[in-house]
Amino acid sequence: MDVFVSQFLNVEIIAQAWPLLLRGLGMTALLCAAVIPLGLVGGLLVALVCLSRHRAVRWPAFVLVDFFRAVPPLVLLIFIYAGLPFAGIRPSPFVAVCVAFLLNTGAYYGEIYRAGIESIGKGQWEAARSTGLTAGQTLTWVIIPQAVRNVLPDLVSNTVEVVKLTSIASVVALPELLYSADMARSLTYNPSPIVAAAAIYLALLWPCVRLLSRLEHRVGR
Amino acid sequence: MPDSAAMLDVAGLRKRFGTLEVLRGIDLTVRPQELVFVIGPSGSGKSTLLRCCNRLEEPDEGSIRVDGVELLDPRTDINAMRRQIGMVFQSFNLYPHMTVLANITLALRKSLGKSRAEARDIGEAALARVGLADKAGAYPAQLSGGQQQRAAIARAVALEPKIMLFDEPTSALDPELVGSVLAVMRELRGAGMTMVVVSHEMRFAREAADRVVFMDAGAIVEEGPPEQIFGAPRHARTRSFLADFGG
Ligand SMILES: Nc1ncnc2c1ncn2[C@@H]1O[C@H](COP(=O)(O)OP(=O)(O)O)[C@@H](O)[C@H]1O
Ligand SMILES: [Mg+2]
Repeated sequence: MDVFVSQFLNVEIIAQAWPLLLRGLGMTALLCAAVIPLGLVGGLLVALVCLSRHRAVRWPAFVLVDFFRAVPPLVLLIFIYAGLPFAGIRPSPFVAVCVAFLLNTGAYYGEIYRAGIESIGKGQWEAARSTGLTAGQTLTWVIIPQAVRNVLPDLVSNTVEVVKLTSIASVVALPELLYSADMARSLTYNPSPIVAAAAIYLALLWPCVRLLSRLEHRVGR
Repeated sequence: MPDSAAMLDVAGLRKRFGTLEVLRGIDLTVRPQELVFVIGPSGSGKSTLLRCCNRLEEPDEGSIRVDGVELLDPRTDINAMRRQIGMVFQSFNLYPHMTVLANITLALRKSLGKSRAEARDIGEAALARVGLADKAGAYPAQLSGGQQQRAAIARAVALEPKIMLFDEPTSALDPELVGSVLAVMRELRGAGMTMVVVSHEMRFAREAADRVVFMDAGAIVEEGPPEQIFGAPRHARTRSFLADFGG
């Protein structure tokens, strides 16, 4: 038992690693602050393009969405970070992560919004247009608010996944939470910082998951 | 020749869905302050006709003039025209995420550019007119069907349309709620609103319509004052349709 505590829950080691972990958490927060809005806005655009009346616009969008949902995000990230330099494009780790997330989560958010928009009967659209509202006004004030409400649990759930997925930034040496924890581990020869990182993720995401259960309960009623 | 005195002038209107010809050359003129009732069997094209009249449906051929303005002219500002063409749907189509008042003020604010206060005053007046002054803050789901339809009428009326199109406004209502909606329509007619009403409320048609149009299979079979259509229909198809309605 003592061995377990000193190996995995070593308070001294964690205290030593704490500044590093905090900086990692800061980077994770920064990543989330960039990547979640990108995904939410990008996804909405993706959904609108996928719902276009014009087949020539819709089709390429469908293909791209399928493609980016099928490609593992880690593969995508490594390709962007390590592959694109061969084409003369050298994104910084942060930019590479943002682009990979925009493509991957944009596609996922896009599918969620699309389901939401499709769940709104066309009577709503027609009623709004019949009062002289433009297509854009109808989307903004009538369709999207209802669509978002209908798929709110899915949006939150996807966002939780996005937060977890930011840990893949560690493979391009972006010093986010996991990367920092692993660095602390290699410096201290003790895995306790990893456990601490896991605890931080848990503390961050558990409230979100709780919220999600309540949302699902509410919508399911 | 377009009838310059007409509020609505439909000429040679044709509409196909794929190979199905739903409107086969409709000519219909509605004068200011007239209430025209459109009846006909299900699938005869009544809804499509109304929906073409504010271009929710894109006609294939013909002309639709509202107060002299050609709706099918690509230069026509369709959103400006739609504000002048009130539409009331069978299924109300209120916005469920907004209060009744917000349902009414949305277009006033976003499309007409009224201030919040102005829009509220207009919206409250429209609600008072349909007997829902006390429901401004309620959500649609908290209203009965009849109240919802009256709120939907208020939403259209608030824009001060020149003409209103009603597509089976009472068909989704429990019988005991129909009267309140018809009462509002009667009041609108009294106030001089030009109206085209698709409905099966034959009693209301007899009492309130200036003219009744019978449609079948995408064409107008006959039209005339209600006494003539209900009392002495000329066409066999009109007679058999009315017989199904028990008179
Ligand atoms: N969007 C559409 N696509 C294909 N067919 C349609 C569409 N809307 C209506 N129709 C068809 O057009 C015909 C006329 O419909 P409608 O105008 O709704 O008739 P009514 O209102 O008199 O019952 C029906 O056969 C209907 O199935
Ligand atoms: Mg119909």
